[in-house]
Amino acid sequence: MSAVVLEVRGVGKCYATYRSMFGRLLSWLGFAALTKGDYWAVKDISFALRSGEALALIGANGAGKSTLLKLVTGTVRPSTGTIAMTARISSILELGLGFNPEFTGRQNVHFAAGLMGYSGRQIEELMPSIADFSELGVFFDQPLRIYSSGMQARLAFAVATATRPDVLIVDEVLSVGDSYFQHKSFDRIRQFKAQGTALLFVTHNMADVRALCDRVILLDGGAILKDGPADEVTDYYNALVAQREHGKFDCEQRRTDDGWVQTKSGTGQAVIAELTLHDAASGDPVSMARVGQSLQLKVVVEVKDDIPHLVLGTMLRDRTGHVVWASNTWHTHQRLDDLRAGQRVVYHLAFCCRLGPGSYSISPALVSTDTHLVDNFEWIDNALVFDVVNEDLDNFIGSCWLDASYTILCGD
Amino acid sequence: MLSSLWRYRHFVASAIRAELKGRFARSRLGALWYILNPLAQAAIYALVLAEVMGARMPRMAGVAAYPIYLMSGMAAWGLFSEILSRCMTVFIEYSGTLKKISFPRLCLPLIVWGGALVNHAMLLLAIFVVFMFYGYYPSVTWFVLPIGIVIISMLAFGIGVLLGILNVFSRDVSQAIGVVLQLWFWVTPIVYSYEAVPPRIRWLIDLNPMAPLARIYQDALLFHRWPDFQLLAYPALIGIGMFGLSFVIFRRASSELVDAL
Repeated sequence: MSAVVLEVRGVGKCYATYRSMFGRLLSWLGFAALTKGDYWAVKDISFALRSGEALALIGANGAGKSTLLKLVTGTVRPSTGTIAMTARISSILELGLGFNPEFTGRQNVHFAAGLMGYSGRQIEELMPSIADFSELGVFFDQPLRIYSSGMQARLAFAVATATRPDVLIVDEVLSVGDSYFQHKSFDRIRQFKAQGTALLFVTHNMADVRALCDRVILLDGGAILKDGPADEVTDYYNALVAQREHGKFDCEQRRTDDGWVQTKSGTGQAVIAELTLHDAASGDPVSMARVGQSLQLKVVVEVKDDIPHLVLGTMLRDRTGHVVWASNTWHTHQRLDDLRAGQRVVYHLAFCCRLGPGSYSISPALVSTDTHLVDNFEWIDNALVFDVVNEDLDNFIGSCWLDASYTILCGD
Repeated sequence: MLSSLWRYRHFVASAIRAELKGRFARSRLGALWYILNPLAQAAIYALVLAEVMGARMPRMAGVAAYPIYLMSGMAAWGLFSEILSRCMTVFIEYSGTLKKISFPRLCLPLIVWGGALVNHAMLLLAIFVVFMFYGYYPSVTWFVLPIGIVIISMLAFGIGVLLGILNVFSRDVSQAIGVVLQLWFWVTPIVYSYEAVPPRIRWLIDLNPMAPLARIYQDALLFHRWPDFQLLAYPALIGIGMFGLSFVIFRRASSELVDAL
């Protein structure tokens, strides 16, 4: 196992309010002052980060994610606990801090890189690679005020990641800028990770989490609610978000033998009694599908309570958790109304298996609208797992079968 | 603390440059405004008080004496008030950076200090030229000015950083200090001379550490006299005291500084 580069132990941050300005003044001079009230933004957080590991912090707004990043960065000091790091740490909590719109890109690089602690000579050495990554061309020597926001973001990111740190802390900055910038910055972060940089980042984008992270910490009210593998924690969070809306929270998780995490949540007013995959022609059950095979998913729903509306959602995900396809009967205008307790509903979903070879999962959800935030009767992540193999077609990779063909013209 | 400041010397230097250039970016005269403003102010005082009110320097002949006296005192005061008032607001100006980037926080008042010193040097150069224009040749006593600069800036830096920390927690501080600084200006013999003050309120001026500091400038620039070093002991002590105290308080308060920004 690789070395621990960052260790956070029992860290808490308390914001104290003093009775008066005078009391605060006395406390600096060493006198004990009365505080009016304490607010703990984060409390009792412990985790360790190893080199090459990527850890994401997720949680609702105000859960303490950004405070925790500031604590690790060192701008905010912890009230309790210790943060030990054995490595060079670099933080991107906001892009373009300290930029002056009147100065040229080059001058701003000097300023911003100086703020990160680089010396004049180091900055001169890094300048070509910064100019190269930011792709500003002649604009590099023009004042910043004429830049587009994407250009500013590229320049700021180029400075912030000019050298590879041992720990990189990123706070949601990748959501700014155009998709080209996001792609480019993601690539660089991935390269850093491959070279051994440990990543700690905050994001609300669960796709990023699954694509980049080995581990996820879910924060709630300043404390760690769950710490574990990415698929497990993000599915748990998804279930949690649904339950937030209506009180009672009931969520079961288990890991199947082949490594998929099943997360089940919901009120249970309607449940999935049967979920099976069949060959469309013969009706035989399928656990190993061929590329291009016509398949049919059968979902049997038992209604336990009288409910006004019922919508079935189905989500198909690949091994990394990326959503390959998802839709529901709300979008297809097939919502059912006024269901009575005891009723059974059978859904058939027919589709052609245009998937690349690999392992896939199906997650069904019983809801009442287009999202699970209004009513969540039952949601089972990765309820059904099947493999896709390529038996009859030419070899290809990827998660999608495009039915593509080359046409080749040779010159003399 | 000092070694980390040394590591950030490049940042401090480039920030001072940015500070000087940034304030007058896209103005034609640019940095010239740094000099024109105080000179114009001195010219206005000279015009109103000397030409309209008929003020003259006691025991000094010549039209040039009063404007030169004014310019000397105002140069000293300008250095003091610039360092003080900018140190007071610099933490708030850079609040975003302080919250999100980890760097030695003491860099900020240092940047202000450096910028003010460069300004001051340019102003002294301009004064030099104006004096030549009046046909008033500088003497060797100019070389005493650095002593004044050091004491004034320590005093202003110390008070400014202390007030700057307080200002983060309560913004009333900077408002109040605006008034206090005006009062302080008039309690310092800059527009009038010490000798013109009625003896029964001279104690007020004797208490003011800026009075002997302005006097260094007036002595050196106008009277071509060496300063009375005995008089300087008092402001020097207060300057060193404030400078030291500001470091102590800054160390204690800096962890809470970001919490309140």
